Amino acid sequence: MTTAVADVHEHHGPEKGIRRWLFTTNHKDIGTMYLVLSLIMFFVGGSMALVIRSELMTPGLQFVHPEFFNQMTTMHALIMVFGAVMPAFVGLANWMIPMMIGAPDMALPRMNNWSFWILPVAFGLLASTLFMPGGAPASGWTMYPPLVLQTGDAFPFLIFSIHLMGLSSIMGAINIIVTILNMRAPDMWLLKMPMFVWTWLITAYLLIAVMPVFAGAVTMLLTDQFFSTSFFLAAGGGDPVMFQHIFWFFGHPEVYIMILPAFGVVSEIIPTFSRKPLFGHDSMVYAASCIAFLSFIVWAHHMFTVGMPLSGQLFFMFATMLIAVPTGVKVFNWIATMWRGAMTFETPMLFSLGFVFLFTIGGFSGLMLAIAPADIQYHDSYFVVAHFHYVLVPGSIFALMAGTYYWLPKWTGHMYNETAGKLHFWMSTIFVNLTFFPMHFLGLAGMPRRIPDYSTQFADFNWMASVGAIGFGLSQLIFVYVLLTSKKGEKATDRVWEAPRGLEWTVPSPAPYHTFDTPPVKRVSEEAFE
Amino acid sequence: MLRKSFLSLLGLIWASTANADWALNMPRGITELSAETYDLHMMVFWWCVAIGVVVFGVMIISLFMHRKSKGAKPATFSHSTSAEVIWTIVPCIILLVMSVPAAETMIRLEDSRDPDVSIVITGYQWKWHYKYQDAGVAFYSSLALPSVKARFKESGVDPFSVDNYLLEVDRPLVVPKGKKVRLLMTSNDVIHSWWVPDLAIKKDAIPGIINEVWFRATETGTFRGQCAELCGKDHGYMPIVVEVVEPDAYQAWVDTRQDGGAQVAQMEN
Repeated sequence: MTTAVADVHEHHGPEKGIRRWLFTTNHKDIGTMYLVLSLIMFFVGGSMALVIRSELMTPGLQFVHPEFFNQMTTMHALIMVFGAVMPAFVGLANWMIPMMIGAPDMALPRMNNWSFWILPVAFGLLASTLFMPGGAPASGWTMYPPLVLQTGDAFPFLIFSIHLMGLSSIMGAINIIVTILNMRAPDMWLLKMPMFVWTWLITAYLLIAVMPVFAGAVTMLLTDQFFSTSFFLAAGGGDPVMFQHIFWFFGHPEVYIMILPAFGVVSEIIPTFSRKPLFGHDSMVYAASCIAFLSFIVWAHHMFTVGMPLSGQLFFMFATMLIAVPTGVKVFNWIATMWRGAMTFETPMLFSLGFVFLFTIGGFSGLMLAIAPADIQYHDSYFVVAHFHYVLVPGSIFALMAGTYYWLPKWTGHMYNETAGKLHFWMSTIFVNLTFFPMHFLGLAGMPRRIPDYSTQFADFNWMASVGAIGFGLSQLIFVYVLLTSKKGEKATDRVWEAPRGLEWTVPSPAPYHTFDTPPVKRVSEEAFE
Repeated sequence: MLRKSFLSLLGLIWASTANADWALNMPRGITELSAETYDLHMMVFWWCVAIGVVVFGVMIISLFMHRKSKGAKPATFSHSTSAEVIWTIVPCIILLVMSVPAAETMIRLEDSRDPDVSIVITGYQWKWHYKYQDAGVAFYSSLALPSVKARFKESGVDPFSVDNYLLEVDRPLVVPKGKKVRLLMTSNDVIHSWWVPDLAIKKDAIPGIINEVWFRATETGTFRGQCAELCGKDHGYMPIVVEVVEPDAYQAWVDTRQDGGAQVAQMEN
């Protein structure tokens, strides 16, 4: 019996060549492809950011025309949100969730393949619009009508690529939910799941709830443009503001889709390097669920200047302020995890600590933005740009970096170059602050966002931000170096770190092509997640 | 090498502080509500600083004391109900304290009853149109010529040589000091947003919708702002200039503008 099983498995290795990647249903292969795609998109979106920052380095137009500048801000956002951050977390989920819950693979492996391979097509379509008459979309990633309807030939391609991204996200989310709910090790009941699995479960529900709404909104844009409907056109009885309501009903949960898995990653890493269990695991779960619930009832805080009734503005202000409570619980719990631990500062821990510090700064500016009268001043200024880049770059992106360094030895079987990793962290941290901190001042002093040129009193801080952006971009090349040399380091042990928790550390390093063909026996799992 | 370049960077920053007008904070503005908004902003800011000092303080102490290289032995505790209750309830109380003045200001912001002067502001790609409802004065306001000449790529004009580069218009909005001015915003094409930081006003100008805001200026002077909602390629080139003048001067200005009615009609075509 046992030999027969072993026999079957020998034939189950990866296929050779391109077929392995095109037809794979293996969660590890698909995870790798997601991660590679998102890294490529990170550099594509990053180059666009550098076009923006180069143009803004000094007053006057030096490099691009205003219309191309607007294309860059729009494409930078779309690519970073849908191409870099979201697929990267799906990649981590693919790699780690089955290994963390003791499952042999994702529950729906063929759909997994499909949901990945849609993405290169979607981004190919989106990128091709750069070469079309009228250029790429230039109305901001928020695509507010009527402006978005002035897009050239790119318009239907924009809508279709968003449909594809949405399909991919919905399929990925279904897969994750089904996997988590059905394929856990026998004695891993829900509240025993690792935080990364928990935050992804919540995120997946958010995705399923809001991606169809988004698809509906952009489809209405499409019919307004081509089929004479007037959903958002005042001249035909429609309402341009309704688009904003629908968009942000999607858009606000969307920002938590990008940060909740980051919370999960950090909640895995801090206990490992503090050598202490995660403080308040259950309250972390409740906090994440609260954040997810609140994300559905705060959308109009993006719209305090559109002219809502007073009662509406007050409601959205109070609801938004409430988010500070569960978010605060998360930050306090991370710090309580570190408290009286025995910390060491390997690269994943450095990135996680950077995350806690800098995400909290983004949280503070978020609290300021919740105060509606003040928000009216901050709205659509560089203060907002500073705020959301603080939660997305040293927030989501730092968590992604932390997760990559943390699990990389498990993936490759070798330790990465620790010196280069630490250098990557310190360079990134210095430059990310140099880039985004001055933007708070610019916004408060009155500089609107999405402008290609500005008055001379904004020159100094813009120059600083541009220097920081170039430095941050170059620092990411260190990350590429670490990845390219990731198989050259010493052999990693199965546990890799001194005190990690979780089932993923009970399998060999590198993780074999198939793990947990049989569910982990109770004894192993007890040791792993107690 | 690294140190040297760091020092020169510091030097550069220092040099630029010396000769540029660095605004770090929100302006206090020239209306009662802009001052209230500023006070709210500072109140939340100082709350954030206070919370930050405590949170980051504890974290930094932990980072230094509880490290393995100093021989720290990890504790094993994994939860504490009382601590968790405290750090849920304390933030709730702080939020309550913040929300009361914020709501009060919000209510005052929305009270645009009984204005002395009403002006309809219409956004166009890419200029503003002002129409004084009772005075029969109407005109467009666009980017001033010196900025227009300098704004293009390879224009050969140094932006630093242009006064109020990108923040000057040909015809400013003129309003009387001490009077309640109501602005009615709409748009002719896409969504724009009329933002003047010193008035603490930012309101979207949306086609098919008329939005209302109001202010009462307490000081005379020239106050500048810009369109704040992305409205196409020249979004960065539709500034706003508001001149607050004494009521007599305002009346005199209205009288001269009314004489140019024919000119206004011509401009509107």
